[in-house]
Amino acid sequence: MLALQILIDGFAISALYGLGAIGFTLMFGVCGVLNLAHGGIMVIAGIIGWWAAANYGAGPYGGAAIGVLAGLVAAYVTYFAIIRPVQRSRAIPKEEEEIFVLTATLLWGIMLQVGLDYLFSNNPVTMRSMIPGVISLAGVRTPRNEILIAVVCWVVIGLLTLLVNRTRLGKQLLAASINPRALTLLGFELSRIYMVVWTIYGLLAGLAGVLLASFIGVSSANAGALTASAFTIVILGGLGSVPGSLIAAYVVGYAETITAYLIAPTLRPIPALLILVVVLYLRPQGLLGRR
Amino acid sequence: MRQGWITRAGIGAAAALSLAIGASPAPAQAAEKGPIKIGVISEQSAIVGQSISHGAELAADYINAHGGVDGRKIKILLYDDHSSAADAVRAFQRAAEQDHVKAVVTTFISEIALALEPWSARLHIPTITPGAASNLITKQIHDNYARYKYMFEGWFPATILAQAVCDSSHDLFAKDLHMKTAAIMSEDADWTKPLDEGYVKCLPKAGLKVVDEVAFNPDTTDFTPIFNKIEAKHPDVIITGIAHVGVQPTVQWHDQQVPIPFGGISAQATNLTFWKDTNGAANGVITQTGTVPGLAITPLTIPVGEEFVKKYGHFPAFVGFTAYDAVQALAGAMGRAHSTNPDAVVTQMEKTDMVGTLGQYAFHGRKSKYTHSLRYGPKWVPTVFMQWQNGKQVCVWPASKCHNKMIFPPFIKTTKTAAK
Repeated sequence: MLALQILIDGFAISALYGLGAIGFTLMFGVCGVLNLAHGGIMVIAGIIGWWAAANYGAGPYGGAAIGVLAGLVAAYVTYFAIIRPVQRSRAIPKEEEEIFVLTATLLWGIMLQVGLDYLFSNNPVTMRSMIPGVISLAGVRTPRNEILIAVVCWVVIGLLTLLVNRTRLGKQLLAASINPRALTLLGFELSRIYMVVWTIYGLLAGLAGVLLASFIGVSSANAGALTASAFTIVILGGLGSVPGSLIAAYVVGYAETITAYLIAPTLRPIPALLILVVVLYLRPQGLLGRR
Repeated sequence: MRQGWITRAGIGAAAALSLAIGASPAPAQAAEKGPIKIGVISEQSAIVGQSISHGAELAADYINAHGGVDGRKIKILLYDDHSSAADAVRAFQRAAEQDHVKAVVTTFISEIALALEPWSARLHIPTITPGAASNLITKQIHDNYARYKYMFEGWFPATILAQAVCDSSHDLFAKDLHMKTAAIMSEDADWTKPLDEGYVKCLPKAGLKVVDEVAFNPDTTDFTPIFNKIEAKHPDVIITGIAHVGVQPTVQWHDQQVPIPFGGISAQATNLTFWKDTNGAANGVITQTGTVPGLAITPLTIPVGEEFVKKYGHFPAFVGFTAYDAVQALAGAMGRAHSTNPDAVVTQMEKTDMVGTLGQYAFHGRKSKYTHSLRYGPKWVPTVFMQWQNGKQVCVWPASKCHNKMIFPPFIKTTKTAAK
């Protein structure tokens, strides 16, 4: 029974980790941007979704839609107000651009957290379950919402995989991640591709934030931890590798769940960090990384 | 507008308050001019922290509207500690040395109160915490009075809180619902160590055998494994000790339909916004608190609560009331001392015996092991237990004050329900 409980809970939380991390890794893979405001964007989506549902009667689905939209808007603001000015600045040497972008997103993430603190306080909030109630899976009482979250995560991950591997747009994204200069020489406009990536990223981060808010709740205080969690997963999986991130999400998710159930809930974050240290020591590029 | 409020408060309470504040001019204070500054250090972005600031401001408004302290106004200076002991210490130093505050009201977090206690001793600033419950705060005052006498605990030490929980649990769970077992679920914090020890000692005496104890990290976000572990022991009730967390365990308890009722202390649930924060998942949660809307513990309780709602839009967490009383006690002590001299203020604070918002407000004396903590009991500040029922905080204990029955959501199996 306990093993089944671990299997079910670990699967759901890992799917959510995966959804949160693939946008993060796609962003780095294609645009070369390590967005340290990632957790802040997820939290914005969760809090705005909750706010719309709780105060304006948007309902769980309306709230979720508004939350995802808020995540998209936050991603666009991050790109246009923070990233692009740094990338276009003549005062910043090209070889130092990545570190400036990293610093800019770190500061932006702090600003988002403080702004959310100010506007909504740092009290955690939770969105109403999209499907309330529980069902018994082989004797394990499981919230229906938890199953829905895992299904939504995997449907979205599947759609993204199809987009990347089976469409012309996806091939452009892959090409941009491998050799952006060649893509430019072939007449493709990189800025348009970057916009597509930021749109996908915003939708994924927004959806992950909304699902997280309806699963375990979000608060502005979680922003840093969510960024750290996504960062750990993509480093473990290999920077820029979507399949690597998904594998890493499940490694981290199950390591945490097993620890919480079999050792102590307090020690939950420890094994993922230990695994990360070991992987960095033995395979610095991560499980499936290439850069 | 404020006059109407005073009228509702009752003539007796207003008279008691006037006596507490002191009305006659003071020669010793003649040299001091300008407003008396009182610093409020709390987490301004947290609902509970905001309640502390709001309570202090409301008390200052009241005092100033009634002539101040020996003719001097009270000025509240707010500092944000971001829930960090380091920030709180910096704020305390700034308040004392740069802004020259004469007293400080601070925090509901024991770790922060403990970090500030040595600074109140070093800088001789009378300091009162309206919500921190660690036993160590008062133990240090008791063990080294000359050094730590500037610190006051305007709430109950955890051991006393544990006793209050056991008293209520005996009536609510053991007697009314014929429950026999309990699991303790507390966050791992300084205030919960003596609380849990108290629970372990007094719950069996209250008729509830302790079958499990779970201490979890306050950073915990997924409570599923914890509920799973507790359920495996089949307790009749979960007795909580939580303040840093609240929304997440409550929502997950509801969403996962954990069939065991919540009792004990859930400090965040004392705030009226808790219902909205949890989307109603709080339904059925029972917690210890200071008061609930509509309950008149003293003639001041309802008018002060109404003033909160009028000025800030919501009923406060219990620390809103205790912060209000803390500022009133400080102002009263300064009024009686006719001075803001810290030693004189401490001496007068120890003599405090006033009608507060939550009861007769006085501190334990030097000989008590709970030196300078709030006096607990029916004659002093009692405590009440409330339950969230369909969006309302409803008082369920003690029976002498509360006449409501407990109501649980359908997924909860109480012993009585099971018997049917």
